[in-house]
Amino acid sequence: MLLNQFLFLAAILFCIGVYGVLTRKNGVLVLMSIEVILNAVNINLVAFGAYNDDVSGQVFALFLIAVAAAEVGVGLAIILLMYRNRQSISVADADALHG
Amino acid sequence: MFSAEVATDISWILENAWIIPAIPAASFLLILFFGKKTPGGGHWIGITSVLAIFALSLWSAVAWIGYVDDSHGAEAEAEHAAVVEEFAVGDTLTLAAAEEPVEGEEHAVEATPGPILSERDWFSIAPFDTFKIGTLVDGQSVMLLFVVTFISSLVHIFSVDYVAGDRRYTHYFAFLSLFTSAMLFMVLSSNTLQLIVGWELVGVCSFALIGHWWEEKPNSDAALKAFLTNRVGDIGLLVGMTILFFAAGGTFDITTINTMAGAGEIGQGTLLVASLCLLGAVMSKSGQFILHTWLPDAMAGPTPVSALIHAATMVVAGIYLVGRLYSVFWVGLAIPGSNINALALIGGVTCVFGGMLAFVQNDIKKVLAYSTVSQLGYMALALGVGAWTAGMFHLFTHAFFKACLFLGAGSLSHACHHSFDMKAEMGGLRKIMPKTFITFVIGSLALAGIPPMAGFWSKDEILAGAGVWPGTGGNGTYYIPFIFGMITAALTAAYMSRVIWLVFFGQYRGHSQPHENGPLITVPLMILAFMATVVGFLNMPPAFATAIGLPESWGERFGHYVEPAGIASFPGDLGHANPSLSLAIVASLLAAGAGGVVWLYYQALYRKDSMATEVTGGLKDKHKVLAAGHTMLVNKYYLDDLYTETIAMGTKGPIAKAAYWFNQNVLDGVIDTVGKGTVGLGRFVYRYIDQGAIDGSVRGMGVGADDSGQMLRKVQSGKIRQYAMLMFGGAVVLVAVFIVAV
Amino acid sequence: MSELLDTWGITVMVFLPLVGALIMMLVPAADEEMHKVIALATTLATGVWGAIMLWPSNFDYDNTAQLQFVTDKRWIDIVNARYTVGIDGISLPLIALTLLVVPLVIIYSWNHIPSPGNAKAFLMLTLVLHTGMLGSFVAQDLVLFFVFFEVVLLPMYFMIGVWGGEQRMYAAIKFFLFTLFGSALMLVSFLALYWATGAETFNMVGLAERVDSENVKLATQVWIFGGMFLGFGIKVPMFPFHTWLPDAHTQAPTQGSVILAAVLLKLGTYGFVRIAIPILPKAAIEWAPVIGALAVIGIIYGALGCLAQTDMKRLIAFSSVAHMGYVMLGIATLTTFGINAAIFGMVAHGLITGMLFFIAGSIKERFHTLEIKRLGGLILQMPKMGWILGFTTMASLGLPGLAGFWGEFPAILAAYQPAAGLSTGLFRFYMVVAAIGTVLAAAYLLWLLQRTAFGTPSEEFADDPEIHDMVITEWIAWVPMLILIVLFGFMPGLIFDVTDGAVQAGLSAIGAG
Repeated sequence: MLLNQFLFLAAILFCIGVYGVLTRKNGVLVLMSIEVILNAVNINLVAFGAYNDDVSGQVFALFLIAVAAAEVGVGLAIILLMYRNRQSISVADADALHG
Repeated sequence: MFSAEVATDISWILENAWIIPAIPAASFLLILFFGKKTPGGGHWIGITSVLAIFALSLWSAVAWIGYVDDSHGAEAEAEHAAVVEEFAVGDTLTLAAAEEPVEGEEHAVEATPGPILSERDWFSIAPFDTFKIGTLVDGQSVMLLFVVTFISSLVHIFSVDYVAGDRRYTHYFAFLSLFTSAMLFMVLSSNTLQLIVGWELVGVCSFALIGHWWEEKPNSDAALKAFLTNRVGDIGLLVGMTILFFAAGGTFDITTINTMAGAGEIGQGTLLVASLCLLGAVMSKSGQFILHTWLPDAMAGPTPVSALIHAATMVVAGIYLVGRLYSVFWVGLAIPGSNINALALIGGVTCVFGGMLAFVQNDIKKVLAYSTVSQLGYMALALGVGAWTAGMFHLFTHAFFKACLFLGAGSLSHACHHSFDMKAEMGGLRKIMPKTFITFVIGSLALAGIPPMAGFWSKDEILAGAGVWPGTGGNGTYYIPFIFGMITAALTAAYMSRVIWLVFFGQYRGHSQPHENGPLITVPLMILAFMATVVGFLNMPPAFATAIGLPESWGERFGHYVEPAGIASFPGDLGHANPSLSLAIVASLLAAGAGGVVWLYYQALYRKDSMATEVTGGLKDKHKVLAAGHTMLVNKYYLDDLYTETIAMGTKGPIAKAAYWFNQNVLDGVIDTVGKGTVGLGRFVYRYIDQGAIDGSVRGMGVGADDSGQMLRKVQSGKIRQYAMLMFGGAVVLVAVFIVAV
Repeated sequence: MSELLDTWGITVMVFLPLVGALIMMLVPAADEEMHKVIALATTLATGVWGAIMLWPSNFDYDNTAQLQFVTDKRWIDIVNARYTVGIDGISLPLIALTLLVVPLVIIYSWNHIPSPGNAKAFLMLTLVLHTGMLGSFVAQDLVLFFVFFEVVLLPMYFMIGVWGGEQRMYAAIKFFLFTLFGSALMLVSFLALYWATGAETFNMVGLAERVDSENVKLATQVWIFGGMFLGFGIKVPMFPFHTWLPDAHTQAPTQGSVILAAVLLKLGTYGFVRIAIPILPKAAIEWAPVIGALAVIGIIYGALGCLAQTDMKRLIAFSSVAHMGYVMLGIATLTTFGINAAIFGMVAHGLITGMLFFIAGSIKERFHTLEIKRLGGLILQMPKMGWILGFTTMASLGLPGLAGFWGEFPAILAAYQPAAGLSTGLFRFYMVVAAIGTVLAAAYLLWLLQRTAFGTPSEEFADDPEIHDMVITEWIAWVPMLILIVLFGFMPGLIFDVTDGAVQAGLSAIGAG
């Protein structure tokens, strides 16, 4: 079984995603990076499912894809509103919650 | 009801006396809410109600007299009833027997019927008996009912003209009604709790009426001073009544407290403390030295109010209280067989002190106010030496002649530019205002105790009651109070002749056109003057009655009907002083002499300068020579002055001035200092302790929490990526910890 | 009918205001009239319902020691907390007071919604407060009591914090934290009591019995009482925990001040009478001298504080410290006389001080200031309100014949002979100090009256067209209170006869005398 390879791929994708979330100012790119992180999780779920000969891992992955789609929808809506209000989609500008 | 079995028929009014205070209370509300809309601004409501209760009071007085006679008759009958039983309760027969004058009964102290109590439940608190509210009708309360309603009626009528056009005419009558109601409520109290209620209510009416013209600050200051001084005394009232409540086994009932005190069921020490506490209340309410300072200031109110409240009725509440709880004071202060006690001493000092102060006043109302202080001292002295009846009788007579004098002063002021200044605005009014003049002189003679006016009889009884004069008996030998009393007798006559001279004789010194007042003002004066002349005879000695050709039973009627002698709630061992002809003559001569000397002095002054009101500088220079005694005979013109200078002026000048100075600076100073100091202390405590220490520590905690929050808020930058960084960093640390640990 | 009242009566009464608040939630905020109508109707309905319950044919006035309309249902099994409610002679006067005051406050609000407006939120908070206050007075279970006690806190916090004066945030937070601190200690005490009695029940009567039967050590009792003492004492407020009160009162809107003075402060004293003393009588005897001492210090101290004030509302607030001192002195005597007086004092203070705050609010609305120096001649400018102020100050200084007297004098009287086991000498000293306090009370109140009502108006206000006499909502809101002040003054039996039986029962453990 090539579990290690899958996990390795997932880890790399996860790190790329985290890197993107942390470094990108562009809100759309941050969202995309989050998608990457989620897909890393998906790969892990499917890989472990296959490894344990259990179908529930894939079922979880399907759910996750659906949730991710919804999340992107909400996220893009937020970014759209942000753009309308501030003419910018830079997450660095959105600091209204500072203490 | 002590004598319910004996007395066979109790008049309706004596059992339903509550209606007497209820009527003016209703009148108060009516005037308050509808007064402005009725013609006359509501005075008709007040006058109608007060006349109605005067009628009811007369009825109750008649009924009480009938009741006393009845029960004496019934007692006589009851003695027969031992033989013939059906006579004992046969009311028609008893009544018939009682209606005839019962003669030959005055041989000894006979038992008067006990008070008539009509009570209903008020509220209850375990484990004590249900507290009651009700009326206690006996001679003392009926006497005061009569006095209060009588004076109040005349004052109401007088006021219609006197305060006409006042800025708060309706309000004035409303408060007169409320005062009358509260005073009657207090007088009729059957228990001490109710008495406290009435006591304070009259105080608040006094407050409202002293400060009637409250736009001017001195008036409201005077009102505040009166109320606060009385509150100081009320500490004693509250504490004293509390002590009596527990000493009597948890009851406020006056009769029970008195009975238990008289029977020795309450320790003398307890009674002493209680009576000293109550004495504090008496001193403030009845203007006794050293709490009297509010009374002269209270003259800031309208004059009829001064007549009603600050001369005739409210200020005697303290005297009434002592008389009401007499067994307590009798035992507590150990009055019988002694020669000094706190009450007699305070009374004695007050009457002399007040009398001297009356000398140096130029404001006629202030003279009368100090005179009231002095006379109240007389009453306290009387009660202090054990002369209960004399004290109450003086209360009775004083109400008439002092109300007469005050209303007279009001009449003068009404005519003279609304001023009370005898020196600047009066003089020579004898011709211009004859009615006021005559009534005022009658009142003054009564006050000075010149026979046969009312004051003479009551003053004489008090002096006899001190038990010092040979052959008077009494309840002890009170030398010091007796001497004070004699001095006051002289002083009173002296300052009143000064007033009469300055106001009515000499030349008019004012700037207006004085005129005699209308009948609404002069008729009440005449009625009061008439009363001041005749009421003294109510308690003339029986011997005197026979001497002027009246039946002996006409003597001492006042004591007979008012004094609750021989019942359990009144001191049983109270002795009665014998009237002394020699004492009466000496005291009257003393008064007449003192008055005469002052008179001569002013006459001499007038002859020198018709506008003069006091010794001028030049006169004083010469006086030094005179005082050296060298030119006494050189200038006869000044001879008359010698007496006045040495006797009257010696008192008037240095002593009274010093006393007044003491009064104004030391006593008032102490009160002012205490007041200011208290405010200062309040400010200090508030600023440093409350806002500084206590509040500071509380705020400290808040500030601490706030500061730590300020530090932490820097972490919350609002930048998403920073949060994400922290989150992932945290996750990495956790993973590391996990790996290392596992 | 009576069966319905027995099972649902109290529950309906307590939660009716909450239902009203829920209905208001559905109405848009813009329709202010509608909100006022709903709020008034709700409180009136609650009042009428309460009146039906307390009507002599339904409430047994001969047996006020007995809890009536008792409802006892399962609630939180895991801690043995139950939904137990009932009314007896101790809570009845306070419930009646609450039922009366809240509708009056809402009537007053008709044209006095404080800035920044928003009648919907304001009235909803008032209704929530109503539920909380009624619930606290009927609860017979400590957990239930605690919940209602806390329910009261939050609406008041918002009322002060949103509709208050200039320093409202400071005052609101101070009020909130102070009271919360007290409640925390109180909760600790409740829990300690629960465990010390074997973790069986939170029922007040049950706890009292179990404290006895489980032989809880005296030292433990004293500590538990101490916790309650802080919790209730802060609410009262007793010296030296009173400093939140002047700020809260001064900053709160008129309605908030009235409710605070009329009802909220009573939660503290009620807690002593209802919870602390009956459950822990022995500890109460240990603590009584301390309570008495703080009470008389409060009397004198509050009065001195008043004398130093320059702001009318702050002066009235400080006078509460002094007045509640009398109430606490009455409680500290642990006698029937004293505690009856204390309950009377609570009602009287609620009516009188509530009235004073109403007046202060109306003056502030007209003059935009309450600085005593700047006021003067109120009676000339607004005769009716001026005289009502005079009347109320007289009532406040304990004039006999008005309600205030019956809270004051009987408390002083009771201190002469406190319960067995207390030092008579010490309490007699307290008595004299308290009696001196009556003079100071007269001094500051009359001083206030003289400076504001008497004299002539100052120039800045002399011709101010905004200054007018009473308006109709003020009449409707005030007249019932004024009438009651007089009525209770002349007929103290109206309250004493109700409370006496219950007070005796509460003190039975002390062997009251």
